[in-house]
Amino acid sequence: MAEQTITLRIRRQDSPESASYWEEFELPFKANHNVTSMLMEIRRNPITRQGKRTSPVVFEANCLEEVCGACSMVINGRVRQACSALAATVSQDHSVTLEPMSKFPVIRDLWVDRSFMFESLKKAHAWIPIDGTYDLGPGPRVSPETQELAYLFSRCMTCGCCLEACPQVNEHSKFMGAAVIGQVYLMGEHPTGKMHQDERLEALMGIGGIADCGNAQNCVEVCPKGIPLTTAIARVGGQASRKWLRDLFFK
Amino acid sequence: MPGQHIVVGGGLAGLTTAMKLAEAGEKVDLFSIVPVKRSHSVCAQGGINGAVNTKGEGDSPAIHFDDSIYGGDFLAHQPPVKGMCDAAPSIIYLFDRMGVMFNRTPEGLLDFRRFGGTKHHRTAFAGATTGQQLLYALDEQVRRYEASGLVRKFEGFEMLSIVQDESGECRGICAIDTRSLEIRAFPADDVMIATGGPGLVFGRSTQSLANTGSAVSACYQQGTTYANGEFIQVHPTAMPGEDKNRLISESIRGEGGRVWTYKDGKPWYFLEEMYPAYGNLVPRDIATRAIYKVVYEMKLGVDGEPLVYLDVSHLDPEELNRKVGGVLEIYEKFAGEDPRKVPMKIFPAMHYSMGGLWVDYTQHTNVKGLFASGECDFQYHGANRLGANSLLSCVYAGQISEPAMVAYAKGHQSSASSKIYDAEVARQREAFDKIYKMDGPENVFSLWRELGDWMTENVTVVRFNAKLKATDDKIMELKDRWGRVGLNDRGKWANQELLFVRHLYNMLELARPITLGALNRNESRGAHYKPDFPERDDQNWLKSTLAHWTSDGPRFSYEPVDVGLIKPRARRYDVDKGAPAKAA
Repeated sequence: MAEQTITLRIRRQDSPESASYWEEFELPFKANHNVTSMLMEIRRNPITRQGKRTSPVVFEANCLEEVCGACSMVINGRVRQACSALAATVSQDHSVTLEPMSKFPVIRDLWVDRSFMFESLKKAHAWIPIDGTYDLGPGPRVSPETQELAYLFSRCMTCGCCLEACPQVNEHSKFMGAAVIGQVYLMGEHPTGKMHQDERLEALMGIGGIADCGNAQNCVEVCPKGIPLTTAIARVGGQASRKWLRDLFFK
Repeated sequence: MPGQHIVVGGGLAGLTTAMKLAEAGEKVDLFSIVPVKRSHSVCAQGGINGAVNTKGEGDSPAIHFDDSIYGGDFLAHQPPVKGMCDAAPSIIYLFDRMGVMFNRTPEGLLDFRRFGGTKHHRTAFAGATTGQQLLYALDEQVRRYEASGLVRKFEGFEMLSIVQDESGECRGICAIDTRSLEIRAFPADDVMIATGGPGLVFGRSTQSLANTGSAVSACYQQGTTYANGEFIQVHPTAMPGEDKNRLISESIRGEGGRVWTYKDGKPWYFLEEMYPAYGNLVPRDIATRAIYKVVYEMKLGVDGEPLVYLDVSHLDPEELNRKVGGVLEIYEKFAGEDPRKVPMKIFPAMHYSMGGLWVDYTQHTNVKGLFASGECDFQYHGANRLGANSLLSCVYAGQISEPAMVAYAKGHQSSASSKIYDAEVARQREAFDKIYKMDGPENVFSLWRELGDWMTENVTVVRFNAKLKATDDKIMELKDRWGRVGLNDRGKWANQELLFVRHLYNMLELARPITLGALNRNESRGAHYKPDFPERDDQNWLKSTLAHWTSDGPRFSYEPVDVGLIKPRARRYDVDKGAPAKAA
């Protein structure tokens, strides 16, 4: 029997300004391969399917176990992490298509710049403003029910899938996307964080904030961690409305 | 005037340091290859230790201290380990206050679970993604200081070297922007290295791709002492993979998971039989050697493969999801089988380096102005680290270094001559110019794989002097072949291959003190096991290995271990370890 192979079609781009182009690579098929391990295989022998020597494909990856969020890319048209995209299940007719996420500036090949997301966390004051790191004894009590729901949101790895899938995130809008709304919800569930939730809502009620959500609900579909982002959007939306009314009457 | 500090590395140790310095009103430039939120600390799953004693078991920091020293086979200096265990409860409380969603008891208190090498429920946990949660909490605090202007982040920058003045003091770093490939010097009053472990020296490990040990190796080559490099922890339970070996956390056993294989057609729970006192929760070095024995000596691997079972299928799936869901999800995603229903297939994998840059009790290396914290220091784990002590040591080291760095900076604010920065930048540019011209037949990634295969085969679980010597010869051969690498990418923008060529060189330099340190140490202690020298030898080897870089290879010296608090005793896990005897 002839050796099974798998073909990787990769959209490449040499720099942020240059045009993209396609290259194809053919590798022996191994069931325990995933997309990052195949990209690593290409680095060891960067020759295209057509026999042309080329540069190794540039990509961002770190933990390789889907907790760091680095290796998000568009695989067969769907955004996800490359490390957990197993060759055995991801290939369609023995081929896989890889593209960089389209909602972020390309640095090179599959590597994109997601600093917009970290800036959004800064704008939204997504932190618990503690008095200091010196020893102030135990933290506040939290019920197991609160912890279990909040924990889901604490697993957001700022991977960008929810922004990639969102029709409202595009070059004409400043919408910050679902991830930061999830984080604002998380901070508001912590007893200390709750005391300062208005500050965060303020940021989400401005430009690019929660009002830009078009309720397409793609975010919750593509989230690799199954975070109930639409729940956060609904609840933070409610918090924002109540704050708006409060401000209207009491300010 | 506030000091100007540099922190290299954005994991738990680096972010703790940055946060503490900023809180003290100091200025921090924070460098990281990856956006700090993607640092390797996210991979820590099981939890963080602290003797909070909420389970009425009579736990105390003193017992935590004894468990850690005993677990480390008495190679760690004892005073800093005591300091760490004493501070542990307050560190857990701090993270609780910063918003980490730790699991809770019905009363709303922090829940704790058991981990290896102890009889107490001492490990606080947030599901099975505790490292990720702790890292995010620190990331948020540091972002707060970034917003207020005290912290400047340089993400996507790689440290190439430290900048030293005429007297050898560290006055800043030289770094490259991994996008523009521009090389610049960054002055500072002092520098903290918190760049994590050297997992990639072993090819496939449980560590992340950024963990090449390159920055540490650069410091070592510039005169920083590297200590106890031969002490490499191999985690007993990982999923072997093409690109990495994925960790299956010790918390799985902490929550009741059992390790077994078939013997005479029936499940054999060999850890429980060999070590009745601790069972599946023996320390990692012990469990790893037992699995090796079962697989290689007794030929009882699953289906004849180097694999054994790790089984949770007898436990309540809902409770499992609450406490270790994150780990089971990784197994399910990567193996395609539900571990709640079928036993997981696992095998040991290189996981952690107990060794690292030598530091004093304030995290100061032998190079003035250069500090080190986290996995890249050698301080807290002796010959074997206990599970859930690593997150603790990262945070503790980061905390105690802050006053030392502030004090040091106060005495060193006079600006250094610009010549030292220009000279270092010129030296690094020249090194890259040479790499750009490399057009030999070797592929840098293939050489790396060869190094990893040799190191994993010969410098991990079972060590023989002849094989260690052969491995050092191999490293020298690979260094020679490194000179014949051909670059496939000559691009001047975001050239990852170019950067990796330099990483591999630094990995080869660091592989030598690890390998030769092991060759020299003719005893067995903790993770370092030589069948030809099966006993611990306190007479000759109760001492730290110190490796000093020279152009002819590492030069070794030794320093006695401070065992003034707990007298060394035999380390056994088939029976209860008992209470410590006070040192005379």
